[in-house]
Amino acid sequence: MMSDALKVYPAKPEKVYFYATCLVDLFFPDAGLAGVQLLEREGIEVIFPQNQTCCGQPAYSSGYNDQAREVILPQLELFPEDYPIVVPSGSCGGMMRKHYPELFAGTPQQARAEAIAARTWELTDFLLQVCQIKLEDQGQPVKVAMHTSCSARREMGVAEVGPKLLGQLAQVELVEQARPAECCGFGGTFAVRHPEISAAMVQDKAQALLDAGAEQFVTTDCGCMMNIAGYAEKQGLPLKGQHIVSFLWDRLQAKDGGAA
Amino acid sequence: MSAQPIQVREFHPRVQAALNNPQIRSNFRRAMDGLMTKRTAAFAGWDLETLRELGAAVRLRALSRLPELLEQLEANLVQQGVQVHWAETGEQACEIIRDICQARGAKSVIKGKSMVTEEMELNHYLEAAGIEALESDLGEYIVQLAEETPSHIIMPAIHKNTDEISELMHEKTGTRRSHDVDYLTASARQQLREKFMRADVGISGVNFAVAETGTLCLVENEGNGRLTTTAPPCHIAVTGIEKVVEKLEDVTPLLALLTRSATGQHITTYFNMISSPRKAAEKDGPEAVHLVLVDSGRSNIYQDQELLDTLRCIRCGACMNHCPVYTRVGGHAYGTTYPGPIGKILMPHLLGLEDTRDLPSASTLCGACGEVCPVKIPIPKLLQRLRKEAVDGDSLQPSRVAGHGIKRRWLESLVWSGWTRMHASPGLYRFAGRMMGRLRGLMPSKLGAWTRYRSAPKPAAKTLHQLMQERSVKSQAVKQESKG
Repeated sequence: MMSDALKVYPAKPEKVYFYATCLVDLFFPDAGLAGVQLLEREGIEVIFPQNQTCCGQPAYSSGYNDQAREVILPQLELFPEDYPIVVPSGSCGGMMRKHYPELFAGTPQQARAEAIAARTWELTDFLLQVCQIKLEDQGQPVKVAMHTSCSARREMGVAEVGPKLLGQLAQVELVEQARPAECCGFGGTFAVRHPEISAAMVQDKAQALLDAGAEQFVTTDCGCMMNIAGYAEKQGLPLKGQHIVSFLWDRLQAKDGGAA
Repeated sequence: MSAQPIQVREFHPRVQAALNNPQIRSNFRRAMDGLMTKRTAAFAGWDLETLRELGAAVRLRALSRLPELLEQLEANLVQQGVQVHWAETGEQACEIIRDICQARGAKSVIKGKSMVTEEMELNHYLEAAGIEALESDLGEYIVQLAEETPSHIIMPAIHKNTDEISELMHEKTGTRRSHDVDYLTASARQQLREKFMRADVGISGVNFAVAETGTLCLVENEGNGRLTTTAPPCHIAVTGIEKVVEKLEDVTPLLALLTRSATGQHITTYFNMISSPRKAAEKDGPEAVHLVLVDSGRSNIYQDQELLDTLRCIRCGACMNHCPVYTRVGGHAYGTTYPGPIGKILMPHLLGLEDTRDLPSASTLCGACGEVCPVKIPIPKLLQRLRKEAVDGDSLQPSRVAGHGIKRRWLESLVWSGWTRMHASPGLYRFAGRMMGRLRGLMPSKLGAWTRYRSAPKPAAKTLHQLMQERSVKSQAVKQESKG
């Protein structure tokens, strides 16, 4: 697991590639835009390759490695320069960082897959550790719970990052939830292959967030967000979710009259 | 034991039944929460990562020399007076044990806790041969009374609370109904003591078999293991072939990891080291000791460099204690001898993927199991491998597990090829994204199983691709203007 490996952060670069992930692209582009703007605020030029689609994880985690490779092959061409690749997701980041090398081992693309893996960073980790970002809170007081995705926590080793970033915001109270490290039950296709187990898990997660006294939750991953917030919406629970970078960006803007 | 035969394949109905049972939900949640807390406390102050590395290294070293270590173990045990038997299948192991019993005219067997004998359904087999087999581990005793199977590999009756156990013992053994755990335990003890005195043969499992010294190690808390292996005149130890380690020193880190990972104990009440039958001048111990080495599919696993890691397992149960799926559905839902994450990666090899087809996908790949495994088995990676085997999904690594390809269905394959075509061609993908945004008002509010419990996600009016394209056009225009 990534968390076992030593992470060597690069020096703050002039340029990065932004790999949005398909969920951010299609359903939560505001999170992508917030991420781009936070990077630009650090003086970094953000390159958004227009040929990006999907990291291949849905097929890969379903056992369809051939299909995953077919989707990933053109994605390997997107990052010709030696810039870091920043991903607003622990899950897709983990796919690229940890599983690309496994998937392409012994193929002509092995070296490229390994190079891309080594340059892939989860966005909040990059903002905190590489950019040393400083956030000035402009928002109203709010109680927030953080859900770090399992892949962000265990594959990318960034469990501490979200709370640290939120800790910089003076008006934001991060509330403690029961069993913070427990999975929300998303698991990609798991949610539809084993819907009843998934429902039992997300029910408990939503309850834990509410019991913590959270007015809203933030998360590293849009998969978890769709799961938890989608469940809360359907059940009529007062629990909204936001990608953590959308939340951070909003907190920086609020002074001039509302979110960007 | 007269457990009901279980239809392994009926995974979904059993899951549904378990989820609908509030008793199961709360019994497991409470028990697993307690076990996780105890484990964390037990490892406080330890350099756990280094210890896990050591545990993994010990197991890997043993597995890398498995054939020769097994022969060394046999030679040493034989020299010390232990009779060693090899069984290729569970059935053969049952036959060997039955033959030993019959040769001694044995009518009654007392058993210590042993998952490998559960795996081969030894109790059934012996009963059919007219030999009574009584479980002496308290949890196994309860499970046997209830005519069930263990729901956890360390705590077989963890699915039952005190109420249920009290009722069961009242019904089957005539104890009075009581919430007093000490009373219930004492009653069970009383009944078991009598059986120990009369038993012709004691059967136990093995936690570690040390090749260099010919030592069988048995870890337990209740003393029933010691009685099983010493009171009856004959002791039969049964183990899977993977439990062998090289040297006595290897046991130290494994034992430290096992007890803390399993129950959060620094050490168990009993740790037995068995190396021979009673010697001439000794006052106690069995006159005959046998070891049955069971393969039962393990050497198949051994042939594959990646799957081999499955055999590192020291059966601590930490993976199930930390598994969010196991915690919700309990052990019986799996329908297999070993439940939870280790069951999902082990049972497909023992039973074939045909019978276990729904197990590899029943995980979010959250990684909690791999994180706590004391010997660092990469459980999520092995689940991933079995998913691939189930659909024959990788032309670069041909499938080899029995029953592979069972989940490959034309409809799902069709869905994946459509998905692949879309995402392998950036232009098509961008076009589809724009269309989804434009037609977002027409998107279905029902999306199969997803929307049974959740609202449907709504596509954004514009994709990030579009937004970034517009931004770049805008900034180009600004540049042009400032130039002009």
